[in-house]
Amino acid sequence: MSDHALDAPRRAASGARFHLSTSFWRRAVILAALALAWEAYARWLGNGLLLPTFGETLAALWNSSINGELPARVATSLSLLLAGYGIGIAVAATLTALAALSRWGEDLLGLLTSMFNPLPAIALLPVALLWFGIGPPSLIFVIVHAVLWPLALACHAGFRAVPPTLRMAGRNMGLAGPSYVFGLLIPAALPAILSGLRLGWAFAWRTLIAAEMVFGVSARSGGLGWFIYTNRAQLETANVFAGLLVVVLIGLAVENVVFRTLGRLTIQRWGQES
Amino acid sequence: MDGGRGPFREVSAPLSVDKVFLRYAGDAGIVTAVEDVSFAVEEGERLVLLGPSGCGKSTLLRAIGGFLPVAEGAIRLNGRPVTGPGPDRMMVFQEFDQLLPWRTVAGNVAFALRKARGLPKDEAWRRAREWVGRVGLARFADAYPHTLSGGMKQRVAIARAFAVQPAILLMDEPFAALDALSRRRMQDELLSLCEAAGSTVIFVTHGIDEAVRIGTRILVLSPHPGRLAAEYLVPEAARERGSAAFAEIEADIHARVFSGTPPEPQAVLADFREPSLV
Ligand SMILES: Nc1ncnc2c1ncn2[C@@H]1O[C@H](COP(=O)(O)OP(=O)(O)OP(=O)(O)O)[C@@H](O)[C@H]1O
Ligand SMILES: [Mg+2]
Repeated sequence: MSDHALDAPRRAASGARFHLSTSFWRRAVILAALALAWEAYARWLGNGLLLPTFGETLAALWNSSINGELPARVATSLSLLLAGYGIGIAVAATLTALAALSRWGEDLLGLLTSMFNPLPAIALLPVALLWFGIGPPSLIFVIVHAVLWPLALACHAGFRAVPPTLRMAGRNMGLAGPSYVFGLLIPAALPAILSGLRLGWAFAWRTLIAAEMVFGVSARSGGLGWFIYTNRAQLETANVFAGLLVVVLIGLAVENVVFRTLGRLTIQRWGQES
Repeated sequence: MDGGRGPFREVSAPLSVDKVFLRYAGDAGIVTAVEDVSFAVEEGERLVLLGPSGCGKSTLLRAIGGFLPVAEGAIRLNGRPVTGPGPDRMMVFQEFDQLLPWRTVAGNVAFALRKARGLPKDEAWRRAREWVGRVGLARFADAYPHTLSGGMKQRVAIARAFAVQPAILLMDEPFAALDALSRRRMQDELLSLCEAAGSTVIFVTHGIDEAVRIGTRILVLSPHPGRLAAEYLVPEAARERGSAAFAEIEADIHARVFSGTPPEPQAVLADFREPSLV
């Protein structure tokens, strides 16, 4: 009897792996079909200024990677993003800690998030330029804004949703203060925290690319958004598409590799995935 | 009290509840959940708090656990007033989500041992595996809680509570969410664990048969606000399910307390407080 109980999860797990691999192939086929359709349409259109072919885009991607321009742009964007993301996480952690500790903190967080969450981060760029001038600090400011509110909201909701029984069990074992927060609250709220990090990442990435298109006039070392923007100005449409492709690829890679792996190692393994 | 040996020191009458009132400040004003309750628990005794739903059993147990302040009166453990939760009173809850989902079965017990008893990692894990084996889950020691059945999860919670070796074990309807068959088996297993360890226990239930099976003494609470209505000593002979004594005491509690028509007092009744049963 208990044999079956032991085997069941293992069978389910191997089933999931099988399912994943078939879905992988399905996706690969769909992607190939899309690339083919693109190629065919672009050839039929015959206007490289409006729509380069898939092949031309790949070639442009290859060339700008080889000559080092694209990797440098990507590095600039990613370093800005990581700086903003890190600061955003730190501020969100502080705000949620305050909210967890006191009613005033809770109301502060509630008010700030309801005010700033609906405000698109990019709308703050003019203000940022006024305050910080043209340069990385302005970009970091809008990225922090993009990450902070959704993340703080998700963390706070996650902490509040920790079941009372689990809280009592923790305090019963003598958890208090930091050991209560790190030993109980944070792992229990991890599903919400992870989805907040994921959402914050997606917002930050979009915001950064958009902001770089507005900004970067003086910067020889502009980021990926600036790469796209300048190439459009120079009518290098294949490069524009190569840049867009990279934006998509990086977004997908972080989503599917980083966050999915984090999820698989933690909440999925613990059965906490909602 | 002479300190020095920590909260795990064994003393007679480890717990006393003295004229305790418990209240909730709700939206509809202040609700008195428990009114003027007094009792003491002796070393090695298994005291059952029995009463219908909503009579304040969980509230009382939570106050003893230190999760709820007393409005009036005092709860003392080994003479010291209870001011907050602590591992000298390990609690087993009814809900299945009392285990840490991110730790394995043995990990849950080991974590409690490290946090509650300050044991070094190796020793904690050794004892955790031992206790997991003792509740029949040796093969599942490295499984995560979400892969277990409800009954298995309750076993882990029981193993965790016993492993910490508290001065007193508090159990709030730990088997209420189980099917009848596993409930019976868990009752039997809990009984043998308690008897082997000589544990002092307060066990909350609304099942008369469960009360008679588990308890050495039963306190019946009247509903709303909860007060002590009657007290029964369960003789050894009545502990066996299906025995005449078991049926007798069960029928008596049922008649006297739950249907409200007091029959003639019987021999099994050691003592009961002047009935505030209506
Ligand atoms: N958090 C709360 N806030 C306000 N009132 C509460 C709260 N918890 C319980 N009560 C009140 O206290 C009374 C006793 O509740 P309690 O949970 O202790 O009952 P119980 O005997 O454990 O019932 P059950 O057998 O259903 O678990 C209830 O009537 C309820 O109205
Ligand atoms: Mg209850």
